[in-house]
Amino acid sequence: MSLLPLHQSSFRSILAVLGLVAAVLAPGAHAATPAELLSGYTAQAGSPAVPARGQQFFATRHGREWSCSSCHGAMPTQTGKHASTGKSIGAMAPAFNPTRFTDAVKTEKWFRRNCNDVVGRECTPAEKADVLSWLLTLKP
Amino acid sequence: MSLQLRSFFGRLAFGLIAAGAITHLAMAEGNGRMVPLLPEYQQECAACHIAYSPTLMPAASWRRIMGNLPKHFGTDASLDAATVKELSGWINSHAGTYKRVKEEPPQDRITRTAWFIRKHDEVSAASWKLPAVKSASNCIACHSTAEKGDFNEHNVRIPR
Repeated sequence: MSLLPLHQSSFRSILAVLGLVAAVLAPGAHAATPAELLSGYTAQAGSPAVPARGQQFFATRHGREWSCSSCHGAMPTQTGKHASTGKSIGAMAPAFNPTRFTDAVKTEKWFRRNCNDVVGRECTPAEKADVLSWLLTLKP
Repeated sequence: MSLQLRSFFGRLAFGLIAAGAITHLAMAEGNGRMVPLLPEYQQECAACHIAYSPTLMPAASWRRIMGNLPKHFGTDASLDAATVKELSGWINSHAGTYKRVKEEPPQDRITRTAWFIRKHDEVSAASWKLPAVKSASNCIACHSTAEKGDFNEHNVRIPR
């Protein structure tokens, strides 16, 4: 059986494109923008995000020791501080900290952990959408 | 003219002073004990506190910590299984290699090890409670170069 004879330069071009695609996909594989993450959450929630509800959710305690604000501050436009260790935590609002909500896996990991601590369960997509939509309203 | 130590006490005093001087010089180097941190360890384990050197506790303590990340000193620090495995391997290869590490500390807390307590026995109770310090786990509050693994006592500044 003979292989389909590809012209050498086409074959090389294809390899180059595949390599480029792989390079783009591999390390920053979870790269996203906050807006993309937000539309993902609202799609899962099946309803639009409500920023005011997000602020409420963020600042309230949910029957446990900490609220989101306990570490991230009531207005997360500045460096926060870990409620136990005192370690400084970069601002959460994307307009004040451009790395926030740019990695889907990282975002999900921290929602999982922190919602478990604050709410005692995973946050719903609607809750995540509300919080993120509120954080996106915070501008300098 | 050479030094003549005729008396026993003269020789003893000389010996002690020499030993003290050498020990002081050896201990003044603050960062010789720490291994360079695996970048992934730094990334995953330094969000809420500095990335503690695995050299500072025995392997058994680290095993318990890595096996209980969802309940990590009062918070959920869970990680995916593959990352846990990778980090655990690296931690294990360096665990307990700091010269003063012996037994497993209570609650697997570095701050409850005998050497830590001894090293910090001149820090007042009030200092630990300062808002700028908050906790003994907050090394960087007083050891500004902690993230580089430098805990040299000459670089310590206790905030107000």
